[in-house]
Formats: sequence, C-alpha cells, structure tokens
Amino acid sequence: MTLIKDRLEISDPFTKISADDAIPDSGALLVSLSVWQDHWEQLIRRQEPVGVQLASDEHPDVIADDVDQLALIALEFPTFRDGRAYSYARLIRERYGFTGELRAVGDVLPDQLHYMERVGFNAFELAGNRGVEDYLRADKDFSVWYQSSTDDRASALRLRTQVKNGG
Amino acid sequence: MYRYDEFDSTLVNERVEQFRNQVQRRMAGELTEDQFKPLRLMNGLYLQLHAYMLRINVPYGCLSTRQLRRLAKIANRYDKGFGHFTTRQNIQFNWIKLEETADILAELADVEMNAMQSSGNCVRNITSDHYAGRARDEIEDPRVWCELLRQYSILNPEFSYLPRKFKLAVTGSPNDRAAVAVHDIGLRMHHNEQGEPGFEVIVGGGQGRTPVIGKTIRSWLEPQHIISYVEAILRIYNLYGRRDNMYKARIKILVNALGIDKFRELVDAEWEQIRDSQLEIPAAEIERIDAYFQPPAYEALSDNPDQLDQQRAAEPAFDAWVSNNVVSHKIPGYAIANISLKAPGRVPGDIYANQMESLADLADQYSLGEVRVNHRQNLTLADVRQSDLHALWQALTALELATPNIGLASDIVACPGLDYCALANARSIPIAQDVGLHFSESKKLHDVGQLTINVDGCMNACGHHHVGNIGILGVDKRGKEFYQLTLGGASDQNASLGDRLGPGLPQAEIPGAIESIIDTYLNIRDSGESFIETYRRVGIEPFKEAVYGPGKPTKRVA
Repeated sequence: MTLIKDRLEISDPFTKISADDAIPDSGALLVSLSVWQDHWEQLIRRQEPVGVQLASDEHPDVIADDVDQLALIALEFPTFRDGRAYSYARLIRERYGFTGELRAVGDVLPDQLHYMERVGFNAFELAGNRGVEDYLRADKDFSVWYQSSTDDRASALRLRTQVKNGG
Repeated sequence: MYRYDEFDSTLVNERVEQFRNQVQRRMAGELTEDQFKPLRLMNGLYLQLHAYMLRINVPYGCLSTRQLRRLAKIANRYDKGFGHFTTRQNIQFNWIKLEETADILAELADVEMNAMQSSGNCVRNITSDHYAGRARDEIEDPRVWCELLRQYSILNPEFSYLPRKFKLAVTGSPNDRAAVAVHDIGLRMHHNEQGEPGFEVIVGGGQGRTPVIGKTIRSWLEPQHIISYVEAILRIYNLYGRRDNMYKARIKILVNALGIDKFRELVDAEWEQIRDSQLEIPAAEIERIDAYFQPPAYEALSDNPDQLDQQRAAEPAFDAWVSNNVVSHKIPGYAIANISLKAPGRVPGDIYANQMESLADLADQYSLGEVRVNHRQNLTLADVRQSDLHALWQALTALELATPNIGLASDIVACPGLDYCALANARSIPIAQDVGLHFSESKKLHDVGQLTINVDGCMNACGHHHVGNIGILGVDKRGKEFYQLTLGGASDQNASLGDRLGPGLPQAEIPGAIESIIDTYLNIRDSGESFIETYRRVGIEPFKEAVYGPGKPTKRVA
C-alpha cells in the first residue's frame, strides 16, 4: 500500500481502528462513521488528530457540522467505477469548508488521481503496488481543463477571458 | 462551425498521448483488461465480436469537408474502407486494431475531432437538430449551447464515473428533430410568456430495456444557466443514482423511483447553491462561441427558380428526390438536401470511403463546405442553392447517394446487431435490408408517405425501436431469432413509445407482416392522415388482426 499526500509518498500517521477495538489514549486515529458517532465525545476530547472514513453509501452530510474537529476525511472507492466520492469531495471542500486531509482509499487507480485532485482530494491510498511515479506521470497528462473545480487550476474559460482582457 | 482554439487543441492532443500511454500499458500487461476497459471506453473503443470498434463524435452533427475526408482516410487506412453513422451523430469504424487506435485519434485531433466519452459511464456526445441554424422553424441556433455543454462535459472531474451513461440533446426548434424526449436530459428551446427564449428542461427519458419518455423538470430556464442546472442534475444523479444494478442505473430509474416532483426538489435545492457561481456562462463566452455559428455569406436569391420547376417537370426521378429529400431553408433561394444512406440492400448508415471523399467534394462545391449527420443515420447538405439541386442530384445519383426515400418506409434505422455487436441477441442489418428492399420496389412507398421503421438486435435499443412508428426488436428464443413488432412510437415533439403488437415472428415473415400493417393503414386512414396519426386514432387492434388474424391468440407463444 502506498500513501501519497500533497504529491509526496508518506507513511500513514493514522492508525485505523475498527468498531471492536478500544480507543487508544494516544496516537492519530482513523475511525469509521459508526465509531465516530458512537464515541464522538471521547474522540473530540483527544489532543491528537482524528479522521473519519466514509463508505461510498455514507453521504458526508452526516459529518458536515464536524469537519472542524477532523484532521482527515477518507472516502472509499469500493470500485473505481463508483464515482459518488467525487461529488462528496466537492461538497466537503466547497460547501462544508473542510481544509484538512481529504484522502481517497480503496480502488484508486493512477488514471483517476487527476480527477480526484481536481475535486479536492490531496491524499491517495493507491491500490496494489502502484508507486508514486505512476501518480506523478498521470498528473502530467493534462495542462488544460474546461471546468472550474475545487482546485485552483484555471479553466480554459477563465484563461480565454484573461487573454481577451490582455491579462 | 466551431473551431478549436489553442486550449481545445492542447486538451485533445494531450488526451491522445494519454491514451497512447494507456494502450502501451495494456499491451505490456501493466493494465488488466478490467482496468483498461473503462479507459478505452471513455475514448470510444469497444471490443466487439470480431474486432475493436472505434466510435467517433460528430458533436451536434456538424462535419467540415476536411473532417469528412479525414474519416475517409481512416476508413481506408485503418478499417475496411467504410464507416457507419449511428443514431447519435457518431461514426463507427468496426475493424480497428488496438495498437493503431492512438494513431487514429491523432489523425482525428489534427482535424479537430475526437472520440472522448463516446462510450463509458459519462456524458456522451451532445446531439442536436441536423438543420440547426438553417431551419425555418427555428427559434435560435442551438449549437452554441451544445458547444458550451460539450466543453463542460469533456473530462469533467466530478462526473466521469456516473452510475451509467448520460445523453444530452438540444433542439432550438418546436419541431423536434433531435429526439430530446428520449434523452437523459433534453433541452427544448421556446419562448416564455415575456417572449424571451429559454429552455424547457426534460429529464429521465431514455430507451433500452426500460423505455421512458422524459419528464419536464423545469418549463423555462434562462440559457445562461444551463451549465449550472445541468450540473445540479448530474450531481443529484451521481449521488443518488443506483449503482447496485447496471440495468437500473440510468437517471430515468432514479426519476421514476423518486417521482419527478421530489427529484425536482432535490435538483432545485442543489441548483440554488450553485446557480450564481462561476457556472453562470459569461456573455463574452456565449458571444465568442456564437460567432462561429453566424450564418455564412448567402447570395441574394429567390425561391423556386424557374429552371428548378422545369427540371422537376422533365425528370420524375429528380422530382421524387426533391419532394422527399429536400426541405426548405430559412434563406430564400437555398435548400436543405438530405442524403439517404439507405439505398436498397445497403446497410443503414454505412458509407464507403470513396463516397465520403466524393461527398466532401460535392459539399465544397454546392454546400459551403459542411456536411451534417442526423439521428436517422442519414446525412444532410444544409446550404444548397436551389438552382444547384439538379447538378447535385446528378452527382449524388452517380455515387448511389440519391435514394429518394427520406422519412419513407425504406429509410430504415438499424443498430449493427449480431453481425458486429457483442451485446446483440439477433441480427438487425438483414432485417433492415429485407424490409428496405421489399418496400423500395413497392409502388406503395410514396403513397404510404412518412413512416419511420427502426430495427434493434437487442433491448438496449441503439436502433431506437421504441420510438419508431414501427419498431422491430430481435430476440433469441432457444437459439433462433425472432422479431417482435411495436407500433406507435415517435421521437419528435409528440414523442411516444411503441406498443407491442404480439408474439415474435421469424425473419422471413417480417416483410409480409409489415406489408399487412401498411395495407391496414392504407385501408383505414382518413384523408391526409399519416401512419402515426391513424394509429393514434384507431389503436392497435386492426393491425393486430391484420398480422395475426382474427381471434388468434396474441400471448407470447414463440
């Protein structure tokens, strides 16, 4: 498993705990939605970072009011074909104002990282033995984008307007 | 026509190189077929029964002659010398080698074409009226909006992995030639009570195994909001569309499950959040794109030049072609000439490379260098001087492209069927050929008049049988092909789905069954009544009796 954050390969500082595990006193934790909801009071009192991982059928509306408490939101791609999390990511960034780590986990392929980055993901847990090189290569595929999105890349529309205005 | 600027060209070229790399990784075994499949599909590359098929977009149906010549070159160099126009303003090449696909895409990019998103669970080619900008009944040229939607949808980061494919069609005319009611989103331009042009937004139409006529989600939308409104619909669909069953994943299933009122509530709530964002289309961009669709410099001519009347009177074959294939143009002295790709015995929609090249020459000579593709698998020359019609007809006749049957019973739409398609249950092409030949020799053809026949080789309905006046659906019954007939479908402004006539029939009985249906119509029609009008007046019973006999069981027996 390879984890990329902000375009660098890192080791994961978060420990995933399942519903059956006791919540440890120290260390960064990544918990499921049910653990977050069941142990909310305990988790927000901890000094160290907490993240929540959402399954693809868990709409992030349920944590919209919590995003300031979270250091990490991880969104699952059970299969690369399941594109719900692209919309979730935009909602989390643009509507709920989350500024922490937004991580794509599950069936995450290099050919999709570019789309994911554009909707607000900044961290990727790559499936299989994919390395950071695949990601960096895929990221260079395009220099032009038609759409404005969550990232700050200028759309063709905006660039055209600038060209026209001599900017 | 729209022309790529530096941004469009760069993006398309980068897409070609990205795909070249993806193909190389597939061929080196770095990508499994399962991983490669969505990548190739989003570039229009299907694996069919015998070879790869490449589906290329003709956005809103407009082709320059330079582009048509390039398609001819591709047909010759990379395929078997022909191409196939589909029901969604695409052209397909059926005999493609995987290792050559990136080169073909580079050939296309060179003439400002691409195959992006002609397949896959994403927004497909934006289709429109093939008479756009030329039709007398048009409110506004819809192509500026099509191009804005095209750019919005291409490589959209949020909506490239939708639950299922997503098709958009736009019409700028009250007479719908773009079948907007059977698209995931259909946009129909009309005036509101203040006389301002805007779009009726229709959602959740579609064909396939669950055919649905779309429902109006918004009766009038200011054009500058179409991107934000489409985004609101796409986001609700992406979030809530079913993903557990691919047969229930289209937006029509979601709309039906929620009901249009609840669906509208969700979309409008979403739209409120984004309507005044950067998705509102700036007037400068509308003007920039609109400039490409400004009318060409027409000559000052009069309608119905004397020589046209004389030529029509002198040559009945020319007269028949003008009557059936030529429609009026908004500019006096000009005409819109339709080119039938339904010559007797030919595969509907197929065209040879040499025909493409010659047609490009004719379009340069007679129609301001542009060819249109329409959703009934025919082509259109949209700017022909009426005084040139005879010369054009003579040249088309020599190319076997002057069949005078547009809209008649022998102008049959058909999917590729089991001759090519991995999804098909039965062949479609031979049925279309049988029926087409049967009626092309019939004296009744012109008497019957406007009648759409659509043939499908499976229930995915690429041949649009649900909305044919007569639909023919191939099914497989214990290893044998049978064909079910539906009557009463239409895809125009009075869109309707066909009703099943009765049990499937073997191939050999289909031309006779359709003959019986047509004879019934001829016997019972009121004066001036078209087939579909008669059907709507009398219902299915007389036709059922004509095909199956009185009192015959009509439950499924095959």
